[in-house]
Amino acid sequence: MSEKETDQGKRQFLVAATTVAGGVAAGAAAVPFVASMLPSERAKAAGAPVEVDLSEIALGERKTIEWQGKPVWIVRRTKEMLETVRANDGNVVDPDSKKKMQPAYATNEMRAIKDEYLVVVGICTHLGCSPVEKFAKQAEAFDPNWQGGFYCPCHGSLFDLAGRVFKNKPAPDNLVVPPYKYLSDTRIVIGEDSKGA
Amino acid sequence: MAATPKEPVEFSGAGPLNAPISGVLTWVDQRFPLMSLWRDHLSQYYAPKNFNFWYFFGGLAMLVLVIQIVTGIFLVMHYKPSAAEAFASVEYIMRDVPMGWLIRYMHSTGASAFFIVIYLHMFRGLMYGSYRQPRELIWIFGMLIYLCLMAEAFFGYLLPWGQMSFWGAQVIINLFDALPLIGPDLSTWIRGDFVISDATLNRFFAFHVIALPLVLLGLVAAHIMALHEVGSNNPDGVEIKKHKDAQGRPLDGIPFHPYYTVKDMVGVVVFLFLFFMVVFFAPEMGGYFLEFNNFIPADPLKTPPHIAPVWYFTPYYSILRAITEDFMLVLAIGVAAYVVLIWLTARNQRVKFAASVIGLALIVLMKGGPLAIEAKVWGVVMMGAATLIFFLMPWLDRSPVKSIRYKGPLFKAALTSFVIVFLVLGYYGTQTVTPAGTIISQVGTLIYFSFFLLMPWYSAIDKTKPEPDRVTMR
Repeated sequence: MSEKETDQGKRQFLVAATTVAGGVAAGAAAVPFVASMLPSERAKAAGAPVEVDLSEIALGERKTIEWQGKPVWIVRRTKEMLETVRANDGNVVDPDSKKKMQPAYATNEMRAIKDEYLVVVGICTHLGCSPVEKFAKQAEAFDPNWQGGFYCPCHGSLFDLAGRVFKNKPAPDNLVVPPYKYLSDTRIVIGEDSKGA
Repeated sequence: MAATPKEPVEFSGAGPLNAPISGVLTWVDQRFPLMSLWRDHLSQYYAPKNFNFWYFFGGLAMLVLVIQIVTGIFLVMHYKPSAAEAFASVEYIMRDVPMGWLIRYMHSTGASAFFIVIYLHMFRGLMYGSYRQPRELIWIFGMLIYLCLMAEAFFGYLLPWGQMSFWGAQVIINLFDALPLIGPDLSTWIRGDFVISDATLNRFFAFHVIALPLVLLGLVAAHIMALHEVGSNNPDGVEIKKHKDAQGRPLDGIPFHPYYTVKDMVGVVVFLFLFFMVVFFAPEMGGYFLEFNNFIPADPLKTPPHIAPVWYFTPYYSILRAITEDFMLVLAIGVAAYVVLIWLTARNQRVKFAASVIGLALIVLMKGGPLAIEAKVWGVVMMGAATLIFFLMPWLDRSPVKSIRYKGPLFKAALTSFVIVFLVLGYYGTQTVTPAGTIISQVGTLIYFSFFLLMPWYSAIDKTKPEPDRVTMR
């Protein structure tokens, strides 16, 4: 070792530079591990559009189909059911569907291309449970004046028959309407719309 | 420097060792600090002589950790971490693997036992002020263990791939979805898919069997090293190191081995009696240890009619559910009142200023019209805060005494109501949502946070009794 005094300034600089370089290298080394946890190509490729035959759904009933691993509900609404949607305008958070929870072609009173068929993703916008159907007009534990709709068993969010969330419930938004289009009067395809999305 | 010969081997309370063993020990000791580890952590670790019932649970937590690791290793030999096979492989363990049912029930009962023991262990710390200076880091390591344990339990719960596994994970991962900006990408990254799937199950398996157990063991080592550095607290909350004999041993300390190793053996036997009563006669514990819906295979299209987390998460789950849009006003008023309290009592101008700025920001984010964050996010924030706020205990308690034996009526009342509220929140977390349950949970949430946030005031003005100079035996 030389007899000269240590150059403290140089030493501090070198320690700092080494720390920074080492930190950058450690950060870069983390990238492949973090990236490996992203959805794989196979997961991204899954989720092709699904065709549904509407003719087998009875009036006032719901059919659940799987699209991208999620439940999609198709409800064939009666005139009476549509009336309850209109009556609910004052009780729901976003009656006019101002928030983009649906494609432009479903941004209307009934949140559907054709009023008769409601197509929504059956996943609560709160924490992702699948609400259960409570279509009957009857007194329920959660609402003595229940007019029919959906009830989320996890945290008690309520949705009407257009998938609109009621006020003062944990869920912030209306149910999501997926992209879909009519192939004929009785067939729709979910996951694809006329704009080729 | 020449190697100095080690001190002669000494076992306190044991007779002289015979020559061959002593020779082997000396040989090892010159290469590995075996005897000094033994002395520092057992035969010459002086623990206060007045430990009571509440001091069993630290050792029992270690026992349960060992049970979980051993049973876990044997479960992994038969379990298949794939969405197609997981559920069936658990049933295979239960029905076809020799003694598989026993190993699996020990593991599932062990999970609940772990939390029972840990909650009692934490309650001991709250009672006797074990978090107080100089034991802040012991407390912090302990809280990290608790968080790690919750993560471990959560990851493990997905593995049987039943309905509760699936929908429980769905809800918890969607909590991250609620975070502004990064939320959706973060939850996709956690799942490794756009929905809970095989990818999610596989990575949860990796976390559950490798990553978190390693972290857990490291934290347990840190917890014990910190404990043995400063020495154990005791039911009187006085430092035994204040009074030492001529050899520097605390007058009120006794060697951990053999005194507490023998005492703990009694605790272990009683614990194992209770533990195996549950394993053999009530492994489902009425649906609290193993939920009935989890005997149905996961169905991504159908949420069970009633979902609730396992009992040890339910207090926090209640807090999550308590935060509704109309409760935000109450929260905002609470923050405002807290800022006023700080203004009225703090002497430091900077503290007042900081409290006002933070308080105002919180109120705007809670109730500030267009700037407000939705209640869903606040639910997640409050739930997270409810677990993290324990970390602040060492700095919230301003009492001149540590132990509840010498604390005044205010602290006793506060701790009692905290325990009651924790249990009530836990109960409502297992129930379906009702208007009355929501209001009770909301009141409970306020009391829960008041216990911590008001502690600097009530612990300081409380009428305490003088601490004894030496520990007492009662």
